Amino acid sequence: MSKPKLALYWAASCGGCEIAVLEIKEKILDVAAAFDIVFWPVALDFKYKDVETMADKSIDVCLFNGAIRNSENEYVAKLLRDKSKIMVAFGACATMGGIPGLANLSNREELFDLVYRDQPSLDNADGVRPQLKTEVAEGELGLPEIYDTVRTLDQTVDVDYYVPGCAPEAEQIWGVITAVIEALKTGVLPPKGAKLGVNPKTCCDECKKVKEEKKIKAFRRPWEFIPDPEKCLLEQGLICMGPATVAGCGARCTTANMPCRGCYGPPADVLDQGAKMLSTVASIIDAPTPEEIAEIAATVPDPVGTFYRFGLASSLLRRARI
Amino acid sequence: MSTDFEPRIIGFLCRWCSYNGADLAGTSRMKYLPNMVPIRTNCSGRVDPTHVLKALADGADGVLIAGCHPGDCHYINGNYRTAGRYPLMEKLLEQLGLEHGRVRLEWISAAEGDKFAKTVTEFTEQIRALGPLDWGKQFEAEEAKTA
Ligand code: FES
Repeated sequence: MSKPKLALYWAASCGGCEIAVLEIKEKILDVAAAFDIVFWPVALDFKYKDVETMADKSIDVCLFNGAIRNSENEYVAKLLRDKSKIMVAFGACATMGGIPGLANLSNREELFDLVYRDQPSLDNADGVRPQLKTEVAEGELGLPEIYDTVRTLDQTVDVDYYVPGCAPEAEQIWGVITAVIEALKTGVLPPKGAKLGVNPKTCCDECKKVKEEKKIKAFRRPWEFIPDPEKCLLEQGLICMGPATVAGCGARCTTANMPCRGCYGPPADVLDQGAKMLSTVASIIDAPTPEEIAEIAATVPDPVGTFYRFGLASSLLRRARI
Repeated sequence: MSTDFEPRIIGFLCRWCSYNGADLAGTSRMKYLPNMVPIRTNCSGRVDPTHVLKALADGADGVLIAGCHPGDCHYINGNYRTAGRYPLMEKLLEQLGLEHGRVRLEWISAAEGDKFAKTVTEFTEQIRALGPLDWGKQFEAEEAKTA
């Protein structure tokens, strides 16, 4: 039997997910042994036209990382969807928009104004802006079109599975890869839409810190003090996204005494991670009157950036109003 | 803005106070504007911010949350949680470009039918002045282009 075919792609993301794949270290050789890698632009010299000429559904698994924020991202997402039997949203950006999704607080016009007009270090007296098409002596040059709204992969194409995380943890990636190899052999696949490489419950469950009744009188930020390494960070006034984040990372951040930022996304059944976290945070404020509670709640400096650090594009409202 | 804009408002009313206040307004035949669809919740503290965001995302122009006065909550401190969530939610909505005043919190007791009627009418007029929210609209053009 020929080896199953694997494709990997990188859309609007930082490249960390590509590195994360290599974090499985020498096991990457097992991946190469188990799969026939047919497309992986970051590592192997394939072109889009190689994919375009493939038969539909001829790729067994596509690990797609990155959000969709321009016409090229979208084109390749649709192309790979057509060519792949199993489409996996790999990492926080493909799954929920990730950090690029915070661009939904702005829009294309504002973005271009900042980058091509208002940057103090900019030298662009002619006000040159990227054009979709430019005529040069050699012919016409094209650029992908940037969209106003950053989208998740599943807001663009049908997605079969999700591997969340910024980036997904190496053991989880390896777990997913071995599960895929097994599933392809047996033909028994996990239910469609499943999040792979996560554990039930929340990040708090994997976090070893001592948790008591949560009552806080003020919010603090990580640079303001050195938190007690034994105690729950949320109880110390740091906004830790643990309660609204699905387990799977092994609580790496809190183990390093940094609050969880929520990159694994919400647990199953939670529609909107930010709304849940907002609710949690407001519920543990300890003050005698509603007015004082409201005052303390209002001191959270950046609710969108804090509660939707990775999830704005996949949240209920998805973006700031244009 | 078109003058025949009729605001769509979702009202989350706690069953122990504000919902009874609404009943009282009704049985007392008080007149108020019909734009609010009431949803009975057990407590204002049961109103998850998810509910509010979903209402706005799905087409509501405004959301009213009404519960017992502080100290009167049937579950002792449910409305204290509401009191904490509300300013945080307002701040979040402001960051997302919603005008101040699209989401409103009121304490309305079972005896305050008049306050209920007045609140709904006032809030409806306030939303009318703000105009339609129509949240889904901003995605239409780009999504149609790329579909
Ligand atoms: S029961 Fe009315 S606010 Fe809690």
